[in-house]
Amino acid sequence: MSDIADRVKKIVVEHLGVEEDKVTESASFIDDLGADSLDTVELVMAFEEEFGIEIPDDAAETIQTFGDAVKFISAAV
Amino acid sequence: MFDLTGKTALVTGASGGIGADVARALHGAGAVVGLSGTRVEPLEALAAELGGQAHVLPCNLSDAAAVEALPKAAITAMGSVDILVNNAGITRDNLFMRMSDEEWQSVLDVNLTSTFRLCRGVLRGMMKARWGRIVNVSSIVGSTGNPGQGNYAASKAGMVGMSKSLAAEVASRGITVNCVAPGFIATAMTDKLNDEQKGRILTQIPAGRMGDAAEIAAAVLYLASPEAGYVTGATLHVNGGMAMI
Repeated sequence: MSDIADRVKKIVVEHLGVEEDKVTESASFIDDLGADSLDTVELVMAFEEEFGIEIPDDAAETIQTFGDAVKFISAAV
Repeated sequence: MFDLTGKTALVTGASGGIGADVARALHGAGAVVGLSGTRVEPLEALAAELGGQAHVLPCNLSDAAAVEALPKAAITAMGSVDILVNNAGITRDNLFMRMSDEEWQSVLDVNLTSTFRLCRGVLRGMMKARWGRIVNVSSIVGSTGNPGQGNYAASKAGMVGMSKSLAAEVASRGITVNCVAPGFIATAMTDKLNDEQKGRILTQIPAGRMGDAAEIAAAVLYLASPEAGYVTGATLHVNGGMAMI
């Protein structure tokens, strides 16, 4: 697993308080990991801070799963 | 009761009567305070009066860029903003038919839009800390209306709806958002009224007197305290019984 995926996973585990093995490629933040809409905003803000990137609102809406997040961030950094 | 030791508070309009007393009350309860306002001299005088744990953070709230920069400056100075008191407000009274777009817009910009921007600016830190207090100083006229104050009343009523919406969004994160709605308080803003106007107002106040800025500050202190953790989206009216709502 890439370094980016590790860092994203760490943020997700810490923020949502879920088991690491639940955070799979296709795991949906809302449907599988129990996030509410405010959690998703906080996750995006945490990603922005960790990776020093800007994630605009329309892009943030497309980030539904752990895999989406890793893919978006890998392309953005 | 009401121990704010270890907390940081940003107060806008701290150069005015109510704002200065709010800063004194929060500081007296142990908070580090950031004093914001347009006029630097009264802020520095207040900081000197308070002694330590007070930072002067001048800001012109009609300047959008300056408003965006204020929360960052406050965090740099104090390390965080745990408590935000949006107290600054202006009036540009005129009868509705005579009111210019500029009079309308300037009051909305300073009273409502800057409150929105400052709330947004401090939320990230509060969300992370899972603790925060936002107290927006509204006004009785936001509920009752007042001739000649269409712009001011709109801004103050807008604050209440905005606060309730934000309160609902962030309640699960330990952040409360409330309003304090002062009635007629003896300050520079109400000093402009002549004796006849004041006399007429007093007949409408069951308490028979104008309020004191310290009485507004006490309400703000309560809503900023850990004890008020279950109070959110509320408007605390402090008006001597002038409007019982």
